[in-house]
Amino acid sequence: MHIPDGYLSPATCAALYACAAPFWYLSLQRIKRMLHTRMVPMLSLFAAFSFVVMMFNLPLPGGTTGHAVGVGIASIVLGPWAAMLAISMALLIQAFFFGDGGIMALGANCFNIAVVGSLVASLVYRVIGGRSSLDSRRRLIAAALSGYAAINISALLTAIEFGIQPMLYRDAAGTPLYAPYPLGIAIPAMMIGHLTFAGIAEAIVSAGVVSYLQRSDLSLLKLTAPDAAASENGVDLVVPVNGWRSTRSLWIGLAALMIMTPLGLLATGAAWGEWGPEDFNNPEIRDQITRSSLNQAAPEMAPRGMQRLATVWTAPMPDYAPPFLRSETFGYIMSAMFGVGLIILSFLLIGRLMQRRQGT
Amino acid sequence: MEYALTADDLARVDGLLQRLDPRVKIVGLFSLIIAASLSRKLEIIGGIFLVALVLAILSRIPLLILAKRGWITALLFTGFIALPSIFITPGNVIYRLPLLDWAVTAQGLTSATFLIGRVETSVTLSLLLVLCTPWTTVLKALRVLCVPAVFIVILEMTYRYIFLLLQKSREMLEARQSRMVGELDSRQSRRLAVAGITVLLGKTFELSSEVYLAMLSRGFRGDVDTLDEFSMTGRDWAGILFLPGLAALAIYLGR
Repeated sequence: MHIPDGYLSPATCAALYACAAPFWYLSLQRIKRMLHTRMVPMLSLFAAFSFVVMMFNLPLPGGTTGHAVGVGIASIVLGPWAAMLAISMALLIQAFFFGDGGIMALGANCFNIAVVGSLVASLVYRVIGGRSSLDSRRRLIAAALSGYAAINISALLTAIEFGIQPMLYRDAAGTPLYAPYPLGIAIPAMMIGHLTFAGIAEAIVSAGVVSYLQRSDLSLLKLTAPDAAASENGVDLVVPVNGWRSTRSLWIGLAALMIMTPLGLLATGAAWGEWGPEDFNNPEIRDQITRSSLNQAAPEMAPRGMQRLATVWTAPMPDYAPPFLRSETFGYIMSAMFGVGLIILSFLLIGRLMQRRQGT
Repeated sequence: MEYALTADDLARVDGLLQRLDPRVKIVGLFSLIIAASLSRKLEIIGGIFLVALVLAILSRIPLLILAKRGWITALLFTGFIALPSIFITPGNVIYRLPLLDWAVTAQGLTSATFLIGRVETSVTLSLLLVLCTPWTTVLKALRVLCVPAVFIVILEMTYRYIFLLLQKSREMLEARQSRMVGELDSRQSRRLAVAGITVLLGKTFELSSEVYLAMLSRGFRGDVDTLDEFSMTGRDWAGILFLPGLAALAIYLGR
């Protein structure tokens, strides 16, 4: 998957350097804050580790061999930010010293594999692993899928970058100047190998390492899953963090969104596909429906099924406008508060029920 | 490791590129790679490749090493990728394969030649940089490409520890092999590889703590700096004018 020089145009290479740069900067700032003086040796050693992992040849089912990139395991153990830096360093050394991957294409390789790969691997591991205990089977599945997803998304990005070259760069006679295959060929050609061999290699290494660590050293898995339980027997269960502090920014964001809900009033007309039966009798709205439906004229009257079902349930606050309020804007905010309140109440009830079930 | 030893040996040879300041080599060779990448004419890419060959000969780099390290691998890999494009790319048919009746198009052939030409030229130029310069010097000279000092230090340490971790991996494998009778099947080999990676991960953590303590004991406070012992001579100034100048000319002619 390491793109050599010559496959991508200089403009694409420059754009992908620009895409990777903010992530490098952000990750460097974050790691510096977290590790301070420990950063230099830690990153050096892990970049070396990532490099060496790429050299481990793995026998795969079916008699072939493949090697993992290590993006899954680096993200699971170190987290996305340190992983993206360590893998970028390993890619840089590969490009400069071993000619594996181009120097101009280094930004593209780092963006595809190190940046996006690490973020995808961490996200998948976090979502699927959830708060399950560190030694659970769920973590194994999460690890396998995180490696598999990361390598395939990276491969897909690489294929897209290849595939857009013939669309953008041709000479007067129609000769593709860089990677010659269009998206229709580049994507399947790239993905077949990655969905099978490379993806499996990455999944085996990620799940295998997590499985080994579950038996030998759980503390290494704890770094990126601090809120997970240590074992399935209930030992070392983590105390929930302070509810308000940990979710403060989310509540503030939610409040801001609620205040901004009247912005929806700025839009004119009815949303496509959200018409009421009465809208079909309104010539102005009928005209809007026709214009927004590729000039397909709306039926003369509302469909019978729609008319029948429209009266099954009458909303207590139709059109986000409680009948007791004059101001439309205030009605929107009130509706948002009411809706959000209902959702929070429902989740509190579900949470309470689940706690009671766990207690018994 | 063998690769690194050969590179170090060649970097000590008294040749043209070895005598140039590493910053000049980075800027000059990198600008030639950009020129090869920007050129829309095959003859210009061929010209840059010839310049790279002349530089290799004047720097006493055996062409066999270039062929083994770069050309053959690049040709096999890129050739395999480029081959179907000769038939797939739409355009003027110039030849039909006798038995299969597949049409070779002029556009497809040119496109494949562009790809292979660019890859071979870029690989040769990158190899020239690494083979004519000690690796630690290449890293220090990366400062001219605005790479921050902290990255340079991390890269230098990474390079050093790659060899240590490789050695550890080999020792682990040898230790296991010396205790085995017979061959491992595919599943067992897989388990062995995964176990090796995990043990290496543990060793990496341990080593990182040890290195950290060793650095602290020598007064490390988190600030990094690199010694900038480079100095430009008349030959370097000539190089900085000639190589990027040549690249600029190639870009102009290859429009």
